[in-house]
Amino acid sequence: MDARTIIFYILAATIVGGGLMSVTSRKIFRSAVYLLFTLIGIAGLYFYLDYEFIAAVQVVVYVGGIVVLIIFSIFLTQGSGEDMQRPALGQAVFSALAAIFGCMLTMYVISQQVFTASGKPAVEPSAANIGGQMLSTTEHGYMLPFEVVSMLLLAAMIGCIVIAIKIKVPPHKILPDSNKGNEDDVPVISAGHLETQEAVAE
Amino acid sequence: MNDIGLFHFLFISCALFFIGVFGFLTRRNLITMLMSVELILNSVNINLVAFNKFLFPDKLDGLFFTLFIITIAAAEAAVAIAIIINLYRNYKSIDVEQTDTMKY
Amino acid sequence: MLGTSLIILIPFLPIISFLLISLVGRKNFPSFCGVLGTLSVLGSFVLSATVAYDYFFVVGKVGDAYQQMVPLKINWLQFAPNVSIDLGIMLDPISVMMLVVVTLVSLMVHFYSLGYMKGEERYATFYSYLGLFTFSMLGLVLSSNIFQIYMFWELVGVSSYLLIGYYFEKPSAVSAAKKAFIVTRFADLGFLIGILILSYYSGTLDFQTMIQRLTMQTNELHTITAASFMGASALAWGLVLVFIGGAGKSAMFPLHIWLPDAMEGPTPVSALIHAATMVVAGVFLVARLFPVFSGCPAALDIVMWVGVSSSLIAAIIACTQTDIKRVLAYSTMSQIGYMMFSLGTARYGGENGLGYMASMFHLFTHAMFKALLFLGAGSVIHYVHSNEMKDMGGLRKLMPVTHFTFLIACLAIAGIPPFAGFFSKEEILQSAYHANKVIFGLAILTAAITAFYMFRLYFNIFWNKPLPHKESAHDAHGAADAHDAHHGEGPATMLIPLVILGLLSVAVGFIPFNRLVTSDGKALATEFHMTFSIAPVLLATLGIFIALAFYKKESAVPQKMADSLSALYRGSYNKFYIDEIYLFVTKKILFPFVGRPAAWFDRNVVDGFMNMLASVTAHISALIKGLQSGKVQQYAAYFFAGAVGFVLIFIYWWT
Repeated sequence: MDARTIIFYILAATIVGGGLMSVTSRKIFRSAVYLLFTLIGIAGLYFYLDYEFIAAVQVVVYVGGIVVLIIFSIFLTQGSGEDMQRPALGQAVFSALAAIFGCMLTMYVISQQVFTASGKPAVEPSAANIGGQMLSTTEHGYMLPFEVVSMLLLAAMIGCIVIAIKIKVPPHKILPDSNKGNEDDVPVISAGHLETQEAVAE
Repeated sequence: MNDIGLFHFLFISCALFFIGVFGFLTRRNLITMLMSVELILNSVNINLVAFNKFLFPDKLDGLFFTLFIITIAAAEAAVAIAIIINLYRNYKSIDVEQTDTMKY
Repeated sequence: MLGTSLIILIPFLPIISFLLISLVGRKNFPSFCGVLGTLSVLGSFVLSATVAYDYFFVVGKVGDAYQQMVPLKINWLQFAPNVSIDLGIMLDPISVMMLVVVTLVSLMVHFYSLGYMKGEERYATFYSYLGLFTFSMLGLVLSSNIFQIYMFWELVGVSSYLLIGYYFEKPSAVSAAKKAFIVTRFADLGFLIGILILSYYSGTLDFQTMIQRLTMQTNELHTITAASFMGASALAWGLVLVFIGGAGKSAMFPLHIWLPDAMEGPTPVSALIHAATMVVAGVFLVARLFPVFSGCPAALDIVMWVGVSSSLIAAIIACTQTDIKRVLAYSTMSQIGYMMFSLGTARYGGENGLGYMASMFHLFTHAMFKALLFLGAGSVIHYVHSNEMKDMGGLRKLMPVTHFTFLIACLAIAGIPPFAGFFSKEEILQSAYHANKVIFGLAILTAAITAFYMFRLYFNIFWNKPLPHKESAHDAHGAADAHDAHHGEGPATMLIPLVILGLLSVAVGFIPFNRLVTSDGKALATEFHMTFSIAPVLLATLGIFIALAFYKKESAVPQKMADSLSALYRGSYNKFYIDEIYLFVTKKILFPFVGRPAAWFDRNVVDGFMNMLASVTAHISALIKGLQSGKVQQYAAYFFAGAVGFVLIFIYWWT
């Protein structure tokens, strides 16, 4: 057992353990931190496979972006200290059984499968190679998906703004809040508020 | 088991995927459900990277897909969190059990 | 020869005016719409007159016969390699003649309505409908194939419906419009089946090809005469069904019941549609297919008998009606009956085609004097504000122009020389005399009755009572009509058409129709027998004198006559109970024995089946709506289960 193997198992344990803790922990903030471990472990796995560029992107986007976003939203929406509700027992048992069954099935199928490597000489996965191919318009270029994804990001950004934007409505237009109404609320609601209220009223 | 090969990575990916599914099915908090989704997406990334490494080292397509998935995951997380915060403003709760107004 | 584009413009000028008025004009310049419509029809008339001149005197004649010309033919709908519907323009003597008739009468009516309809609330709408009608009628006469004629046939039906129901606040107008539409619709069903039979056997919709195939000794003719159904050949059936369509539109007995009611429309409309143009479409249709009819004497006999019986019945009914427009309506029906039986007595080609020529001639002259009669009646109604004879009388001094032109028209329709009606009636009677003596007898009797009832109308309107007192007229019509009380005539726009049509009613009799419009296009030599025309003219004069004796002064004689012929009088007054028979058939037989069971079937079986489907759907959805719980995780679980299921299927089963 050489060092590479040991490192791999450490990474694997971090990933799987972090994932498990992340989905079972009852403190939401801890859950987020376990997710962070998992993501960092995955980044390590990429380093382990010599894909430094992907690993760097993983760290920058996931660890630096998404997890921070999640943590912010946790702070915005609830206190991080208290425990979350336990899932209903039946639901938990069913989900566990389903997940274990699916996992067994998949692993079984994978282990039956014979993969054959192409065996051709490897390409250096350097940032230069990746960038060159991604922005090329030749047969194996990824220019079009790249542009499509950029459009998607733009759309997502505009969508977020539209969803989260606050619309000021005159006080008399606000329907009485049926659940957990806060009397000293600022008469400010967001887009979609009225629809939701109507649905509740029904 | 002494040589780390493709199967090891696939097993990790598989385990992580079903951990994510389990979380998605059991968690009642929308943010933790979002985390589960991130786990699922990451398991797919591991898969793609491992295939690229061990089966087709002469190509970079797996990496590209990984990159695109990461991008899309970022967009998805942003939109999802915007929705969650909006929902919280209206319901004062992000419990998925309570946000069931869109039913029959 | 005029360019094709100019011929196309003839029907399209009115439709352009229709579109302009109904889309823009009605809102933006309502008072100008009348002038716009009139100008467009004036353009059509000028073009038509040019076309007629060119056709009859420049290009139409090849050798010694007028040719059919098809200057335009567009393949419109191609269903299969040899089944297609074309749109085209066909010029031959009758269509060119009809072009002139339609545009001329339409122009007169447009012009007349400038005065008559002034101040109406839906003045612009009226003109847009007139434009639509003129377009449809011109398209009908220009049609080069039988399907195209059917389309325009329905279009004139629609515009007639719209115009009859013009005063839609009046329930009677609404029901009259519906009646006209439904009755002609039934007849059109026959027309459509007839079209299908004829075109199925001849393999074409085109008039020229169809006539060629069904008159020459071709395979098509042999099959269509060989195929028989209930004792008659398919050719006879097809022609009779087409004739039923024509009879519906031309108000032939027993499908005439809509025409008197159609008088609910404005009077100019009655003049245009229900006297001069649309109602002769049936005659035109038979004339258009005349070579084919000529090959089937049975069908022509039916045309003849239907024509003559309609003519006589309508004349008798007209004698007792008191609504002046209804009198005119029955008189129209009677005159169209004349045209029909004249066609029925004719055969294709040469001397035998006399009746065809006479029919077309009568159509032409009748359009002039009948339009004049209606417009004159319109003037009277405009002044009196009533359709009833008892409200009129002694108007001759108040309305001198109307009186004089009306008298000309009455003399023309009675067949007194030298007015137009005399010449065309003479030709018809000659043709009938040569073909069938019974028909001739009935025709000459009708002519005498015609003279009687027309002069009954004339004397009742313009003589009979003493002059109405000025004050009483003043009271009756209010201060707004003070002008009318002194002077009964309408504005100049109403008088000019009367004068023009009056002059035409005298003049058109001298047109040499025998050289222009004949069954085979060749000139036809007609002799004028002085001795032959003595009897009809004498009979007509007799009719006039009886009317003079009865109605010139107020007297009790007509009432006594009515009492002594009580049964006939009452039958005639009630239009021989034909409407009642229709009502009986529909209300007592069709409704309970066909309508109710069908309605029951529809409500319980058809609707029941649909309701069953709906309730099954509702129950199933109630059962499964629990799945739609709104809980995201349940959905995720379904989704997950489905995905796993697909994986299993694709791996182990679908290999």
